[in-house]
Amino acid sequence: MSNTSIIDNQFLETELNVKAKRNETLFRILFMMMAGLLILPVLIILTTLVVKGGSMISWEFLFSDPTNGMTEGGIFPALLGTVWLVGVALIISVPVGVAAAVYLSEYAPDNWFTRAINLAIINLAGVPSIVHALFGVGAFVIFFDFGTSILAASMTLAVMTMPVVIVATRESLQSVPHAFREACWNMGATRWQTIRRVILPNSVSGILTGVILEVSRTTGETAPIMFTGAAFFIPVLPQSVFDQTMALSLHLFVVATQVPHVPDALPYGVALVLVSMVLLMNSASIALRMHLRGKKKW
Amino acid sequence: MVATMESNTSSESAVEPAIKLQVRDLAVRYGNTTAISGVNLDVRENEIFGIIGPANAGKTSFLKSLNRMNDFNSEMSVDGEIEFDGTNLCDVRNVYALRSRIGVVFPLPVGLPLTVFENVAFVPRLRGITDKAELDVIVERCLTRAALWDEVKDRLDSLGSLLSGGQQQRLTIARALSQEPELLMLDEFSIAVDPVTTMRIEDVLKELKHEMTIILVTNLVQQARRLADRTAFFLEGKCVEIGNTEDLFNGQVKDQRTTDYIEGRFG
Repeated sequence: MSNTSIIDNQFLETELNVKAKRNETLFRILFMMMAGLLILPVLIILTTLVVKGGSMISWEFLFSDPTNGMTEGGIFPALLGTVWLVGVALIISVPVGVAAAVYLSEYAPDNWFTRAINLAIINLAGVPSIVHALFGVGAFVIFFDFGTSILAASMTLAVMTMPVVIVATRESLQSVPHAFREACWNMGATRWQTIRRVILPNSVSGILTGVILEVSRTTGETAPIMFTGAAFFIPVLPQSVFDQTMALSLHLFVVATQVPHVPDALPYGVALVLVSMVLLMNSASIALRMHLRGKKKW
Repeated sequence: MVATMESNTSSESAVEPAIKLQVRDLAVRYGNTTAISGVNLDVRENEIFGIIGPANAGKTSFLKSLNRMNDFNSEMSVDGEIEFDGTNLCDVRNVYALRSRIGVVFPLPVGLPLTVFENVAFVPRLRGITDKAELDVIVERCLTRAALWDEVKDRLDSLGSLLSGGQQQRLTIARALSQEPELLMLDEFSIAVDPVTTMRIEDVLKELKHEMTIILVTNLVQQARRLADRTAFFLEGKCVEIGNTEDLFNGQVKDQRTTDYIEGRFG
């Protein structure tokens, strides 16, 4: 047997590698189809909303009050209420969440206390939102005596979405190489000086991403606010955090199921506004992340 | 210690040289693993003290114990006595002040993700210097002494972490110099640096030793020979031999393993 024929033989297709090649193609297509399936629900939801509710969208719809038993008019009080709820929830959860994440990432020794906190975060993220709602009623509405108010509802939302902020912040702090910390400590910097001058400035993008994700999640929540601060219908806009308010998510639930004689397009219009807010927020998050990743510093 | 007066070739004085660092019975452990034990040595003022030895000999652990890095690592425990400038390290209340007197250069250069300027101004800023003109002077002086100024003077505002490896290592040295350290510890600084830059840094170190004490951990025995006044040989967590560098390289050793290592028969 000559050398050439050995080399040639290596490129001959045996039964085995024909089969391997066929399977390779098969699985690639299978996995791609599964991944592609994910686009479907998004497309169907968006198309339905735009087709059925698109006609509702106008400046008047966005910026006027509901009228005639919520069967006509706009959604301004609900829109504004959602901004209130999300805003106040952020003011509470971001400082607490970021501080907790800084502790867990930069200070916490590996002991039972740290493990207990980590376990609490995981469990907090796993608690169903309706349970959070009842907790909110017990803790904020009744025990702290905030009444059904923006404050109580926002605090409930804050507790519920805190894990998102903590996990995102912790991960983004951890992504800053450990060598930077050691270099700073070796120069006599305290942990806090290191965090403030080197670690935090380089993890801002991840923290912001987490915050925006929290915003988009908070925007759509219904259960936690319906017993704690969001109202069916209120003729006046909230003046302070101790007032009740309408909210988009609850308003959607109400016009879709609780009020008779609502024109078909109205709930779709409300849903379209709600989904657009969330999509806008998520897009902003992605854009921000891409922008900041482009400025990677190491 | 075998150090005698006649072996002190330094021109400065004929009296017993001042001891900067006195280490007695030092042991470093990580959990159940012992990294070094029973280390006794003195480092004199204004000398370059070389430490050679194969990987896992405990050279880096030795350096870490000197600036109390064990405080930030619950796994790491240090026993024994270390006196720095006559003060027992265990008695040092302000570990941050201690560390700011000791400069450290790592094997892999760590340019902080700050501008070149801010990298060098980091410690002065921690010390409360905010005056831009004053910082300018410090930054230029430190970069010049680290043989980097000419290469970066036009881009002080670019990121230090994006400089080349050799430049970053000199930036690290400039940063250490900004601490005005009494003790400079270099841990295999030339590992990621090209030979030309290594030579430039070595020249810098020869100058610096007139102002500070230098501990040079190196895995290049010839580098120790070029730079160190005295050299210690670490092996498997023990300090096997300490002596004048020239003596060790001329075969005047107490332990045959030292010569074996220097001549490349193992390690």
